[in-house]
Amino acid sequence: MPAGVLIYAEQRDGRSAPIVAELLGIGRTLANALGEPLVAMVFGNGVSNEIKQDLVARGVVRVVAVDHPLLEHYQVEPYVDALERVVRQVDPAIVLLGQTFQCRDLAPRLAFRLGTGLCMDCVELSIEPQTRLLVEIKPVFGGNARAEFVCEEPRPQMATIRAKAFEAAVPDAGRSGSIESLTVDLDPSKVRARVIEHTVATTTGGLKLEDARIVVSGGRGMGSEENFQPVEALASVFGGAVAASRGAVDAGYQPTERQVGLSGKVVTPDLYVAIAISGASQHMAGCTGSKCIVALNRDADAAIFKFAQFGVVGTWQQFLPAFTEKVRELLKD
Amino acid sequence: MHTIVCIKQVPDPETPSASFRIDTATNKVIPAQGIAPVVDPYGENAVEAALQVKDKLGGTVTAISMGDKAAREALKHVMSMGVDEGILLDDPAFQDGDSYATARTLAAAIQKTADDPKFGPFDLVLCGRQSSDTDMGQVGPGLAELLGIPSTTIALKIEVSDGTARVERIAEDGRDVIDLTLPGLVTISNEVGSPRYPTLRGIMAAAKKEVTTWGAADLGLSPSDVGRNGSRQRLRRLFIPVRDSKCEMIEADTIPEAAVKLALRLREAKII
Repeated sequence: MPAGVLIYAEQRDGRSAPIVAELLGIGRTLANALGEPLVAMVFGNGVSNEIKQDLVARGVVRVVAVDHPLLEHYQVEPYVDALERVVRQVDPAIVLLGQTFQCRDLAPRLAFRLGTGLCMDCVELSIEPQTRLLVEIKPVFGGNARAEFVCEEPRPQMATIRAKAFEAAVPDAGRSGSIESLTVDLDPSKVRARVIEHTVATTTGGLKLEDARIVVSGGRGMGSEENFQPVEALASVFGGAVAASRGAVDAGYQPTERQVGLSGKVVTPDLYVAIAISGASQHMAGCTGSKCIVALNRDADAAIFKFAQFGVVGTWQQFLPAFTEKVRELLKD
Repeated sequence: MHTIVCIKQVPDPETPSASFRIDTATNKVIPAQGIAPVVDPYGENAVEAALQVKDKLGGTVTAISMGDKAAREALKHVMSMGVDEGILLDDPAFQDGDSYATARTLAAAIQKTADDPKFGPFDLVLCGRQSSDTDMGQVGPGLAELLGIPSTTIALKIEVSDGTARVERIAEDGRDVIDLTLPGLVTISNEVGSPRYPTLRGIMAAAKKEVTTWGAADLGLSPSDVGRNGSRQRLRRLFIPVRDSKCEMIEADTIPEAAVKLALRLREAKII
């Protein structure tokens, strides 16, 4: 009888990915609603005790760890094989993963291998009391609508969660849980999708977009890469990060790493300043989690004003210099 | 070199939000007046990637689409871009399928093309990284799993030589380079390049070509394998979320003045 909520604790550079704490947050809520255990699976080649203890501290009652040389760095085939083994061993009712670049690669193959249903990029998850089914809600049509799915018979019910959509679980050193190792046989000769190189993008000023408390974002309306200078200047005054809409990235004004939106990054800063961004749903999907959105657009009917808390109608040329100066002055106090 | 591209016809994602409507009785989008459906954007990037491979290595490109008769237009469009053959998977039984049922149907079609002298065995399957309606991104890797071939996703760049596709993909903190042993599947992101415009010659050539049409029986699939019955997930509800935020518009005689006023307002609201 499948039971429990199993979390994939994705590892990167010897640390749990930030989304793991969020998985544990919603995982605990779902496990409590079912009255079933919260379990986590972690993979690598010598996963540290700190990582396993941290999972327990955040509410996991059972950690299943798989170590193997082939799992040292993420490659889809050994990872799907290893995850499949653990899922069959644990036999959970629900498997949750993060909507990360790794899981976009891995989760569908795992779901199809298991012959089960997968709902990706969920922003709401709950247990329906009468049926005990996992109710999965995700944005569709670029964020214009929401879709509600259930997976009635196949098990486990699988879902990936959108970053920053759920509260992170807080560690409590007083918690306890079991930690076990599972040995999995993996055959290197079966690997047909080989990672031959992994490069880390250099972030300007060392500030990661996803971690910035203030983000200043420019749209296609900026018109050129040079025109992003005032956007950079404002971000610099705020001590924040620069982002861009897909339109600006496609036009070559900014690199892909700065793209915010449905197919870019999801950010939840305290302040998101949208300059010359129309407010298309696909872009808003990446920033509606912001505490406060401020928008500048020369079109009074731009969709962005339906999402922003404060707005000014005008051109960036007339707005940015004056705004930046005043902010600089105010922050000096 | 034979490349297969899976495409889909979807409501135009550029449709303004204000015109977006749902029929809650059927859980379907009501097509906006006067806005024609399009080939899903990332799918079009996948077609572009396939044509770039053909430009370099020669060979053929076959596009497959599961949909109704209207999807023929999508296939004709990509054929006029330079795709050699188009296959339409059209059967009422295919309707209302989830990613699993869709991938199952596409897999059966791809297996059928391998044995059909008109198409021949494939080396590479390309899909868009996610379609603009469901925004799921499952069918690509799921299809590879069903076909038993290796896959990678969200490719920025793809180069084929000697039975291997070298793919650059977006990873969390940067980029990965993957060597994929063919036959394999890759899902494509927009960075591979903008889809080329159909040429007049391409349009005329596509007009003369037949789109091959297959139903469930042609693929050896029974109704329980496909569509709603073959699905693992069930769509229960499609709805438009209520947005209740009100925007405070800051006004002044000039825009620089409004900018100053805004900064002061944000300070007042303790936001800066």
